[in-house]
Amino acid sequence: MRQSNAYVIGFAAILTVVLGGLLALAATGLRDKQAAAERLDTRTKILSAVMEIEEGAPIDAIWEERIRSLVVDFEGNVVTALENGEQLVAEKLDIGKEFDKAPEDRLFPVYKFMNEENPEKVDAYIIPMYGNGLWDNIWAFVALEPDLVTVRGVRFDHQAETPGLGARITDAEVQARFEGKKIYNDLGELVSIEMVKGETGDPSIYDDYHVDGLSGATLTAKGVNAMLEKYFAYYEPYFKTIKTADDSEVEEAAESI
Amino acid sequence: MSTETIEKKDTQVEKKPSEPLLSKRRRKFIADPLSDDNPITVQVLGICSALAVTTQMKPTFVMAVAVLAVIVFSNLIISAMRNLIPSRIRIIVQLAVVASLVILVDQVLRAYLYDVSKMLSVFVGLIITNCIIMGRLEAFAMGNKPYDSVLDGLGSGFGYAWIILAVAFFRELLGSGAVFGYEVFAAIGWEDFPTNGLMVTPVGAFMVLGLIVWAQRAKTGYVEK
Repeated sequence: MRQSNAYVIGFAAILTVVLGGLLALAATGLRDKQAAAERLDTRTKILSAVMEIEEGAPIDAIWEERIRSLVVDFEGNVVTALENGEQLVAEKLDIGKEFDKAPEDRLFPVYKFMNEENPEKVDAYIIPMYGNGLWDNIWAFVALEPDLVTVRGVRFDHQAETPGLGARITDAEVQARFEGKKIYNDLGELVSIEMVKGETGDPSIYDDYHVDGLSGATLTAKGVNAMLEKYFAYYEPYFKTIKTADDSEVEEAAESI
Repeated sequence: MSTETIEKKDTQVEKKPSEPLLSKRRRKFIADPLSDDNPITVQVLGICSALAVTTQMKPTFVMAVAVLAVIVFSNLIISAMRNLIPSRIRIIVQLAVVASLVILVDQVLRAYLYDVSKMLSVFVGLIITNCIIMGRLEAFAMGNKPYDSVLDGLGSGFGYAWIILAVAFFRELLGSGAVFGYEVFAAIGWEDFPTNGLMVTPVGAFMVLGLIVWAQRAKTGYVEK
């Protein structure tokens, strides 16, 4: 009886329905909680580019108070809705998916970190980036001072760089090397920041546009350089609109959401 | 093996005076896999995850708990329906049960321990292919009662857990100078403790694991035939 084809098929069918139902139930029941966990994680990362995040800090409250987000296109225009009329929310944009499109078709989120006393004044602009490391993708959140020239802080992350070598881009010490560096030269030309080949451990020998390299991880460093250079260029049209607005002293509140 | 004989055997066992909850025979289910029959160091199963997730204590601990939960519950479920499972598709049935439990664990981790779940990434899903689990189902749960199978699962689960935790302890201590993220050497005033980059790579895991296997076999006198 237990070996008959009918029994085997029936058993398999019941098992599939029971297990499938169970998993569907779990997935639906946990969906909201998972979305919240993911959002908290993204927000923590973005905020950590501009401030020290302590364990258990009220991330959502800080986010609501200090961050104003918007999305721009390749030309630097602010986009508020998709073509199908769907409202755009900057944090919900998947930078990895945008990275797969041609640069002209991508959407670029901008997170403005507002001043604590004066919520109309921008303290820092945080832009997400995405690129290729040695083994897999790398990504970053780069915070720029309101002058849009000086780097305030960076947070790198990666999918599969080698631990102890390329994966060191997530070390606080490596990320701190970028603080205070500049992305535009005195003539106003974009030069980006380059991580050099080789590691000296002496930050004083580098100018405003170079940082110490990663010994044994030159290819990851090259990926970081390419990512920074490309994305600073992608965001340049938007930076220009801010600078023009600042120059003519137009209240830029008009374009913030 | 017809259903009748199995059922007869079951009723016979029940007629005997009931066995104590933790009789000597049952204690062996738990004690054996901890040392003499350890799934990692003696049976050499589940090596892949033992190498991959053991750079730090925290993800290792979560991984150990995840594997323990999956192994205990899959043993229990398979054992409970062992007399219903058609033997021709038993491996697929085992796999379906294990896979469902693993996906459940993964979903729960994603909801409540998002950062750890990202650190473990694909290795939670790979619990499905962890040979320890399928091995216990096929070798034990298919032929034993649910309670004994749970004990067996606990034994193998803890046997796996203590080994990967031991590996992770040495790797995090020597590779990052910390235990559970707490900077031990900085705390005792040895600020410039020279951390060993080798320990952070899988090579370090191989070495630590090899040393544990060596120490254990020297003690138990186990020799592979």
